[in-house]
Amino acid sequence: MATWKHGWELWERLTERNMNKKNLLFPLRSLSCFDQLCLKHCIRSQPSASRKTCNSEFMESRRTLLRRYSASSSEYYFPGAIGAPYTDKLELIAGEKEGRIPCFRIMNELGEVSSAIEKEYHPDHQVEPSMMTSMYQHMLKLHVMDTMLYSAQRQGRISFCMTSFGEEATAIGSAAALETADVIFGQYREQGVLLWRGFTYRDFCNQCCGNALEPAKGRQMPVHYGSKELNFVTISSPLATQIPQASGYAYGMKLSRSKNITVCYFGEGAASEGDFHAALNFAATLECPVLFVCRNNGYAISTPAKEQYRGDGIAGRGLAYGIDSMRVDGNDLWAVYFAVKEAKRRILETNRPLLLELLTYRGGHHSTSDDSSRYRQKNEIELYSERLSPLRRMKHFLAFRNCWNDEMDEKYIEEQRKELLTALEEAEKAPKAPLEDLFNDVYDQLTPNLQRQKTMLFEFLERQKRPTHSS
Amino acid sequence: MHFRLMLGASRRWFHATAQLCHGLQVEQTIQQQLGNTPERARMNLFGAINQALATALETNDRAVVFGEDVAFGGVFRCTTELQQRFGSHRVFNTPLSEQGIAGFGIGLAVQGFHAIAEIQFADYIFPAFDQLVNEAAKYRYRSGGLFDCGGLTVRAPCGAVGHGGLYHSQSPESYFCHTPGLKVVVPRDPIRAKGLLLASIRDPNPVIFLEPKILYRSSFAHVPLEDYQLPLGKAEVVQSGKDITLIGWGAQVQILCQVAELAKEKMNLSCEVVDMMTLLPYDLETIAQSVKKTGRVLISHEAPITNGLGAELAAALQEQCFLYLEAPIFRICGYDTPFPLANEHYYLPSVEKCLDAVQQLIHY
Repeated sequence: MATWKHGWELWERLTERNMNKKNLLFPLRSLSCFDQLCLKHCIRSQPSASRKTCNSEFMESRRTLLRRYSASSSEYYFPGAIGAPYTDKLELIAGEKEGRIPCFRIMNELGEVSSAIEKEYHPDHQVEPSMMTSMYQHMLKLHVMDTMLYSAQRQGRISFCMTSFGEEATAIGSAAALETADVIFGQYREQGVLLWRGFTYRDFCNQCCGNALEPAKGRQMPVHYGSKELNFVTISSPLATQIPQASGYAYGMKLSRSKNITVCYFGEGAASEGDFHAALNFAATLECPVLFVCRNNGYAISTPAKEQYRGDGIAGRGLAYGIDSMRVDGNDLWAVYFAVKEAKRRILETNRPLLLELLTYRGGHHSTSDDSSRYRQKNEIELYSERLSPLRRMKHFLAFRNCWNDEMDEKYIEEQRKELLTALEEAEKAPKAPLEDLFNDVYDQLTPNLQRQKTMLFEFLERQKRPTHSS
Repeated sequence: MHFRLMLGASRRWFHATAQLCHGLQVEQTIQQQLGNTPERARMNLFGAINQALATALETNDRAVVFGEDVAFGGVFRCTTELQQRFGSHRVFNTPLSEQGIAGFGIGLAVQGFHAIAEIQFADYIFPAFDQLVNEAAKYRYRSGGLFDCGGLTVRAPCGAVGHGGLYHSQSPESYFCHTPGLKVVVPRDPIRAKGLLLASIRDPNPVIFLEPKILYRSSFAHVPLEDYQLPLGKAEVVQSGKDITLIGWGAQVQILCQVAELAKEKMNLSCEVVDMMTLLPYDLETIAQSVKKTGRVLISHEAPITNGLGAELAAALQEQCFLYLEAPIFRICGYDTPFPLANEHYYLPSVEKCLDAVQQLIHY
């Protein structure tokens, strides 16, 4: 009786206050669990309770309310799962189910676009030919840069390198669908995103050579790029640490009413870290406008995906957090492009996070410190790299539309090689940062202990120059 | 008398007369900012923290407070009424994940927000260790200043509380003091807490602000109601003396003041008590000046003795003040055990133990 009365009072209050509102569900969410329960009790037991208004939208929302709460005959719901119906069947939800989340693809391995593709995301209807060519060129540039920087490491010209062979479409496709004002938190295999945004060969080579021209002045290993101008947060080696940071950054963007989103890239291996779990949970509960992009390339150094997780990849985890998710063919430039475009649109509309899993294959080694022939077969690499190659299918796509051919391919590659070589040579010749810089940027200003230590270092170096007494 | 002793004594005399005032003058600093008689109210530590947080939220639209259970006021009431006043978009609960709290806070700070994160107990800060040490501390250095998370402040209650045991009593400051790029601050009373917390929030570097939980309800002061800051990186000479220097921070300072009083009564000693206030970067100048004056020093903290911050201070002091020392540098700290429940009194560096050490130092 008491709950019914309480529910009725709540109903009166709600209807009075929200008579003209279309949707009762929002103010309903702000009620406590107990209040919701009482309200439900009241509504169900008096379906034709007197209404303050005959507004049809209002009535529709009341019907939605009823539908949501009258799933079963039982009256008690727990705060941990409001609306969960009771069942008398002892049945488990399968953890490893037969089917897999389907993978969205627009263009097949031969570059053919399916006729079933909707107009909204058909490249011929939505993308200019010049843009198509530009996207392919950027994929080529990326491939050339990766190849040459890798050789440079082998020749001892730089100390370390990581390539993104086979994943060109993930980087270029996603970057092309975003604006430069969308902020990127990357892992370490997203140099294609920087390339698309305008990071020059010189910028890349300066960082790899660790000279004074790059912003971090050689403090980090190669491939730890960063650019404030291009909104690409500096890469750090620890895996997955960027994911909760992206959630926080996005929350700030929401508070600032930004028209842009935060995008966070990571691999399927990094998605095993606790930071991934924390980040998605925070993004969902705090409603952060962040796009999580997982490059599932099948390997975390030598660990194949089947040793990394047992569930249905990373897309399968979105549901657990209440996050909409999608699986995409990461080697299909168009699928990536349109998926990211749609994802951004949706995030801006709802202020809710979204999870994209881009299935792809790591064509190269993990890094120059790795030799992947020790844990995978050559024919496997060839199969994926050649047959599923993102470059190959895009080249066919363009050739079919007479936008590109083999000759242009060769010429472009040669041009880019020359440009990169020049940039690399210049970067190698550029001076390293002065020694004082070792102590800068630990804090915004030098603290007394750092001041002391700097003085000590220089005094030591002075003494080394002039040996005083040798006794 | 031994020649060396005489030399030491004359050196100390010179120091004593040359520099009578050193360290931060807290009341003077407050007067400079707020005038001679600022309006004050009597409040305890959680009240002062609450004031500081409210001021931080009022004076900067881009300040947010978040953590576990902060919405209803917090388990120690430090965030009382903040959500009502400033809105749930700026003061909000997060899911139960310290690594999430730290990572999320870093992301907000990178954007230029004052991200004021609360970790419910310092004992639970360790899941956040990777984010704090590998990310927050190094953000500016590794990007060459392109990005930084200076707006991050992580508050956590620390220290013995009488019944906390292993996981509600820890003092983890030395793990963080070993991390270049972070600042670590510990207040000893409400007046310093408000000023130091506001300074920490506004400092353009990530700060770990450890609040001695036993002082939340027991430490009262007449705290100025207006907005004021106390500088980081400066130690305060709580009371002046000439025979021995007692160094501590947080709740231990009160213990050392009691030791000083008893030493005066029983042994007619004049003790100089120094509160470090900022543990990283710490004020070596003030404590070195003090030790050069007195020649004897006792360092005391609750955290286990081995590799505690006392070890760092002892090493730095003996390097700076070797010829001024009349006795070895003693440290009276917690033992190298996890924090016990049943024998907490015997574990802690109590007044009796410190007084005993003072006696030994004087008669060395």
